[in-house]
Amino acid sequence: MIPTEYYIFLGSGLFTIGVIGVLTRRNVLVILMSIELILNAVNINLVGFSQYFRAVDGQVFAIFVITDAAAEAAIGLGLFIALFRNKETVNADEIDLLKW
Amino acid sequence: MTFLDFIWLIPFLPALGAFIQLLWGRKLSNNAVSWISVGLPGLSFLWAVGCFFQFLKLPEHVHTFTKVLYSWLPAGAYRLGDGSIGYLNIFVGFQLDPLSAVMMLVVTGVGFIIHFYSIGYMAHEGGYYRFFGYMNLFLFSMLILVLADNYLMMFVGWEGVGLCSYLLIGFYFHRKSACDAGNKAFVVNRIGDAGFLLGMMLMAVTFGSLNFTTVTEIARSGRFPVGSGMITAICILLFIGATGKSAQIPLYTWLPDAMEGPTPVSALIHAATMVTAGVYMVARSNALYVLSPTALALVAGIGAATAFWAASIGMVQNDIKRVLAYSTISQLGYMFLACGVGAFGAGIFHLMTHAFFKALLFLGAGSVIHALSGEQDMRRMGALKDKIPTTYWTILVATLAIAGIPPLAGFVSKDEILWRSFTGPHGHTVFWVIGWITAGMTAFYMFRLLFMTFFGTSRVAHEVEHHIHESPETMLVPLRVLALLSIIGGFVGWPALLLGSNRLEKFLEPVFENPLAAQAREYSHGTEFGLMALSVAVAAVGIYVAYYFYQKRPELPERVAVAAGPGYQIVLNKYYVDELYDALIVNRAKDLGNGCAAFDLGVVDGGVNGVGWSTRMSAELSRLWDLWVIDGLVNVGAFLVKLLSYPVRVIQTGLVQTYAWLITLGVLIFMAYYLIHF
Repeated sequence: MIPTEYYIFLGSGLFTIGVIGVLTRRNVLVILMSIELILNAVNINLVGFSQYFRAVDGQVFAIFVITDAAAEAAIGLGLFIALFRNKETVNADEIDLLKW
Repeated sequence: MTFLDFIWLIPFLPALGAFIQLLWGRKLSNNAVSWISVGLPGLSFLWAVGCFFQFLKLPEHVHTFTKVLYSWLPAGAYRLGDGSIGYLNIFVGFQLDPLSAVMMLVVTGVGFIIHFYSIGYMAHEGGYYRFFGYMNLFLFSMLILVLADNYLMMFVGWEGVGLCSYLLIGFYFHRKSACDAGNKAFVVNRIGDAGFLLGMMLMAVTFGSLNFTTVTEIARSGRFPVGSGMITAICILLFIGATGKSAQIPLYTWLPDAMEGPTPVSALIHAATMVTAGVYMVARSNALYVLSPTALALVAGIGAATAFWAASIGMVQNDIKRVLAYSTISQLGYMFLACGVGAFGAGIFHLMTHAFFKALLFLGAGSVIHALSGEQDMRRMGALKDKIPTTYWTILVATLAIAGIPPLAGFVSKDEILWRSFTGPHGHTVFWVIGWITAGMTAFYMFRLLFMTFFGTSRVAHEVEHHIHESPETMLVPLRVLALLSIIGGFVGWPALLLGSNRLEKFLEPVFENPLAAQAREYSHGTEFGLMALSVAVAAVGIYVAYYFYQKRPELPERVAVAAGPGYQIVLNKYYVDELYDALIVNRAKDLGNGCAAFDLGVVDGGVNGVGWSTRMSAELSRLWDLWVIDGLVNVGAFLVKLLSYPVRVIQTGLVQTYAWLITLGVLIFMAYYLIHF
């Protein structure tokens, strides 16, 4: 049986990669992909602790998160297309409409 | 229903015509305009005739019929010149007495004939309805003038005819000369009117009334002695008004220029009716004038001088209408001469006969001008006798009448005036001599006109010659009617000496009652016959001279003109009176106007502009205060806020990733905090 620490290390590693990806990449598609990484890191955590506590709740929850991630990706891509139509860019550092 | 009760219809029928024409005339056809605007004066004439016959049927001792409509100006009480209290109350009322009856018949009768003539004469002119509207308005004003029962209402008509005269002289308003002539007539008339107005005011404070009957009664009551200064002042002021309206020296210069108007206008307004308003007014005020020998002498002197002066100018003019204009001035001079020597009846008699033959002359001249496609210069006429025969013989009748050939109308009335200027209570041989010479000059210039126009060789321009045609019947019928009147018009005043009874004078007697008349010098019938023969003789001499100069030896006038040199030029240019008035008065008035304009521009406008400038300057100061101080304070506040917000603005980049960084950083800080403390 795989010890729970492994899950946690893998999860935190994925999470870190995801966060760095979100913070540093310019292309919003890549940022979206990085968010998927973060969500998957959470899933691994959920699955790992589900096994640790011998409860199936965590795994069920992970499936919900995957569903949620799919919906999120769909909405996110739709947003990016709308954004591209207006701004003709997919670079995050050129999208600064929130400025004062 | 009696005619007299509705006497006000006489002026108001033409007024209705004017009302219709001036409001809706543009939309009416020429035919409708003619029916309305000639029909209504015709109706008015018939009504006047009805009134006249009813007036004759009034009881023997009633000489005045008055119809008061309503109180117009109840002016209230005020102190008269002699200290008593007067109550001036002016009514709108119509007065019919022998004098106004004669005037009413002349005005409506001749007016109707000329309206009828205008149908043909104006047929091809633009503004047909406008012409008839003004003509009807004129007739209304003139009838108000002669039928009024007080001076103020007479003045209303007096101003009304002046306005219509101005409008009709300037009828061809696209021609500058016509506009100038209209203005001149209006302005010159206003000078006279000022005199009339002042005379009227003086009358109001002297008599406390402007009513004809009241004023006449007071004047005849003996309250004011003969030669009273106040009466003389009133008379002279009224006469100034008359010189303006009736074109006497010194205010006669407008009448020749008034010939710019259409010819029927010259006939109606500037020959037959309006210009005689001054004579009518003096005759109307006869009770005042007989109290002032000075004023009478002035009237007679001005009249005689004008008669002679205008006749001398008329002898050399070449424009057919101008000859007639000067002739009109001259004949008006005769009328004033008659009034001035106390023979008011003779003046009114001449006014009536003059209305007939002078209207005929003008209408005939209009027919000639019509035939020659607008030519007015007699030097380009000649030999028209057989081409326009009806016009020729009617003008011949009128010419004989004005020249004083018996038994035509002009002879009777003119001879009456000459006789009275010799024998009248205020007469003098000098007046007779001037009148007598003028009679010869009248015969000369009228026959000069006749010979130059109808006899000799044709000097008509070739392109015009083909179009010569007799005028339409609508123009010829009035000529024939007026010719008939010019022949028989004199018989109403046929002198007793020639087996007549002088009915007109007897008819007018109640108006011209004169206590001084009894003092008239007595002369034998022989003298009267002699003077009559002399005046016929001088007319014959005038005719012969005209015949000799313009028929027998047509080259002679040219040589005389050259021989006379500058003298001829002076007369031809009307003694340079217009130029003299220009230099002395008109240009000085213009200078005054220019001076006032300069004052306006410099001082008044300068003041206004100064106020404007100071307002603008204070506004500028206020603007600078706003800009620098108020705005400055606001800007300082804004600047401070901007300065303070600077550090905050640095972290607000609008980039999602920056915010994500900050969130991450915050999370890490919290985590570090928990790691350190727990």
